[in-house]
Amino acid sequence: MSQNAAPPPPHSLLDYVRLFFMFAQNSLIRDMTFRSNFLIELVTGSVWVFMNLGFYLLIYQFTDAIAGWGQYQFFVFIATTILVNSMVQVFFMPNMQELSELVRTGGLDFALLKPIDTQFLLSLRKINWSSAGNFIVALGLLVVSLGQLPGQPTLLGACLYPLYLIAGVLLLYSVMMTLAATSIWLGRNQSLYDFWFYITSFSRYPMEIYGGSTLGDGLRLAFTYLIPILVVINVPAQLMAKPLDADSAYLAGYALLATVAGLTFSRWLFKRALESYRSASS
Amino acid sequence: MSATLSTQTTPTARSAWWTIFRTCIEERLVYRGDFALGTLMRFLPIVTQVFLWTAVFASAKTGDGAIRGYTRDDVVAYYLLTMLGRALSSMPGLASGIAAQIRTGEIKKFMIQPIDLIGFCLAARLAHKLVYYTVAIGPFALVFWLCGDYFPEWPSASRFAAFVLALGMGFALGFFLEATLGMIGFWFLEVSSLLFVYMLFNFFFSGHMFPLEFLNGSLPKPLAAVLAYQPLQYLAYFPAAVYLGKLDDEAVLRGLALQAGWVLFFFMTCRWSMHAGMKRYSGYGG
Repeated sequence: MSQNAAPPPPHSLLDYVRLFFMFAQNSLIRDMTFRSNFLIELVTGSVWVFMNLGFYLLIYQFTDAIAGWGQYQFFVFIATTILVNSMVQVFFMPNMQELSELVRTGGLDFALLKPIDTQFLLSLRKINWSSAGNFIVALGLLVVSLGQLPGQPTLLGACLYPLYLIAGVLLLYSVMMTLAATSIWLGRNQSLYDFWFYITSFSRYPMEIYGGSTLGDGLRLAFTYLIPILVVINVPAQLMAKPLDADSAYLAGYALLATVAGLTFSRWLFKRALESYRSASS
Repeated sequence: MSATLSTQTTPTARSAWWTIFRTCIEERLVYRGDFALGTLMRFLPIVTQVFLWTAVFASAKTGDGAIRGYTRDDVVAYYLLTMLGRALSSMPGLASGIAAQIRTGEIKKFMIQPIDLIGFCLAARLAHKLVYYTVAIGPFALVFWLCGDYFPEWPSASRFAAFVLALGMGFALGFFLEATLGMIGFWFLEVSSLLFVYMLFNFFFSGHMFPLEFLNGSLPKPLAAVLAYQPLQYLAYFPAAVYLGKLDDEAVLRGLALQAGWVLFFFMTCRWSMHAGMKRYSGYGG
């Protein structure tokens, strides 16, 4: 009897780390099966980055600064945006996109039956390695842009930067999980990606541009405190490209709080949504 | 038996079209929640664009506060108008859908049934666009009304007619251009990377990110000439520039003629590549 028993479900953190590496390895094997496709995805991804840079190079022909951000300060901002977003793409995006299809087809049943945490399985099952190309390109852009800035970033800023990149990724992940929960309620949410793209597009610009009008101040408050996506890029980019002051310190403290709150809230909401999941397959 | 047969007439081309059209409308409305949400979301980027361009113009280096003849209000109005143009001319999933049908072999049904592939796709697109506009006209009207101050005076009747014509031809051009790209699937099977390249070009040269005048002086001369004649500008830039009066009458007429030429070109290329592709196509298995 005992020899037929299934292996015990993973409980410790170490088990989950091991699982994660297994997911990463399997995804890499799958990606390497179609090697030229992988290469093409790497190249096209970085071309997209250069096109975007081209757009801002064009804009900076007509102006010296956008809302107080000079050209290379802004390029640090863009590099930060790409660093955070590429990590989201690598770890979470393909899984979240699949989730909405799993709900529609009833494939979610199989995930629910597995003896591990459902959110963990659904969030990290596939690792999209080809998006890591953008991460490298963005690192290059960051180094080049920092070299062009008059002052060097402070030691504190440089140390906190990676921490806030991760916080930003987790915050965006929370927003994504919250949206994913809606796909369970709606039955299908094909526009999940659009939704995600449009909401996070607010985070892709320096928060200073939302100012000087009632609507701007309202947006700034809403996207700082209600759906805290403005801190995702702004906090790490400010740490690197601008001198530290009281305002940015306050915002940095708040960003950590928002990350913890966002993760907690999205997990709670996702679990509630799962309770109302009606299988489509049976 | 023969009596039943005689009353059952073969479907006319018109009734077949009507059936396709109606089915596609119904299909589009199955997941209403998803659809309505998606439509509303599409208007969010306008807000960030208004703020971005306001910040750019606030510190613009040009003395008269205009960039290449566009004031901040012009740019915002331009951006809204290109959204209208792109809502008509963008064909999400058309090229990749045709290529996928070729790859999976689904295309066979168009070879053995008396239904024209391009006609079917066109009817389906028309139905989808119709449903889209029925739902989107609310948000569109609201946003245009809210942003009314950004717009110049209404254009003259003839200008407006040219604008509507350019939008209509934009739909046709978008459709036949993307359909042609899909037909390339007969030769290459996997066209997704090709479509990505197309998207990149579209990003810059359809003018949906910025008025194409902004590129004046930044491009080498031969490229500037290509820019003036390429078809992508008619998907977004041209209708908006017509409405905003950025082109004189002669340029408008010349543009309309060139646009019509491109529509015809892609209409024919699309048909030709479908027939050539079907000739070399081979399907295996059931």
